[in-house]
Amino acid sequence: MVDRIGDLEAIATGPAVMIAASLLIYAAAKKLYARVPFPLLHPVLTSVAVIVALLSLAGVPYDEYRDATSLISFALEISVVALALPLYRQFAVLRRNAPEVATGIVFAAVVGVVSAVVPFLWLSVDPSTAVSAAPTSVTTPIAMAVSERAGGIPSLTAALVVVTGIAGAVIGPSVLKVVGVTNRVAWGLAMGAAAHGIGTARALARGELEGATSSLGLCLNGLLTAAITPLLLRLVLG
Amino acid sequence: MIVSFGILIGFHALGSVLSVLVVPMIPGNVLGMVLLTVALATRLIRHDWIEPAADLLVDNLAFLFVPAGVGVMSYAGVIAREWLPLSVSVFLSLIAVLIVTGRSAQMVARIAHRGDRPTGAEADPDG
Repeated sequence: MVDRIGDLEAIATGPAVMIAASLLIYAAAKKLYARVPFPLLHPVLTSVAVIVALLSLAGVPYDEYRDATSLISFALEISVVALALPLYRQFAVLRRNAPEVATGIVFAAVVGVVSAVVPFLWLSVDPSTAVSAAPTSVTTPIAMAVSERAGGIPSLTAALVVVTGIAGAVIGPSVLKVVGVTNRVAWGLAMGAAAHGIGTARALARGELEGATSSLGLCLNGLLTAAITPLLLRLVLG
Repeated sequence: MIVSFGILIGFHALGSVLSVLVVPMIPGNVLGMVLLTVALATRLIRHDWIEPAADLLVDNLAFLFVPAGVGVMSYAGVIAREWLPLSVSVFLSLIAVLIVTGRSAQMVARIAHRGDRPTGAEADPDG
């Protein structure tokens, strides 16, 4: 007899069902966030929570979901290459403000990685987790690639990056106000370097120049962090 | 759309080769981004050749990392054990990067643009 039950199970945990479900759950989460723009309801957080809950309820292990959605993971890898376009579009802004952008990014990359790793030296049971937390200020796909290269857990890195971005969009403007950052280039650069894409969305809401410099901060900090993280990890963790 | 995906994926492949052969500590897709930026700047690749795919991916970036984020379900144990350093790390690093980047860039901007025509960069739209 044909194994119909087995076939149906394979469809239920296969790419068609898993990718369709992920797309529709994310679309619903985005709609909810547009109605109720409360930071903790950020569509990435809510859709991850819903999918984790559904997989746990259905008893589907993460490995099966990961294999079924490998097409999306491939698109994520390609999206890093695509970041060349926003970088190219902001060339004029970069050229006009090169000294302050270069200074800000060097500080952002070094301070970002070191300050993310140091708490683990004092507080952690297992300092190897520090590797997963090292690149949390940069955009998710770059952070995941850096974490994987350095021996971290890319999924954990992705979750930390999203939390950093949301926290940055919420408290970033107040922090910058308290420390007296009023220059628009510096303001946007700081938001993009600290809170990547989610910070850039917030910066765009303040003005076009802030959005452009935030986008620059995102791309350049991602690039420099990818380049120096292996060295900084060796220096700090020994 | 077809050409633009072909170029992006091709640069991913180029970057991966470069990563394996020359700079193993930098991920292939990050090198692909650098190579493509250089190709755009030197007009080797025209920006409208890559725009359809690049805009599609960048505009929907947040969705693309949902499946990766779901992976935390496998690491509930790590998070339960390490929640304190993880939380301190996220907030310390966020606040440190905001302050250091904003202040250093602002300081250099004031020195570099002394005597420039006003560009509006000093204006504060939030008042």
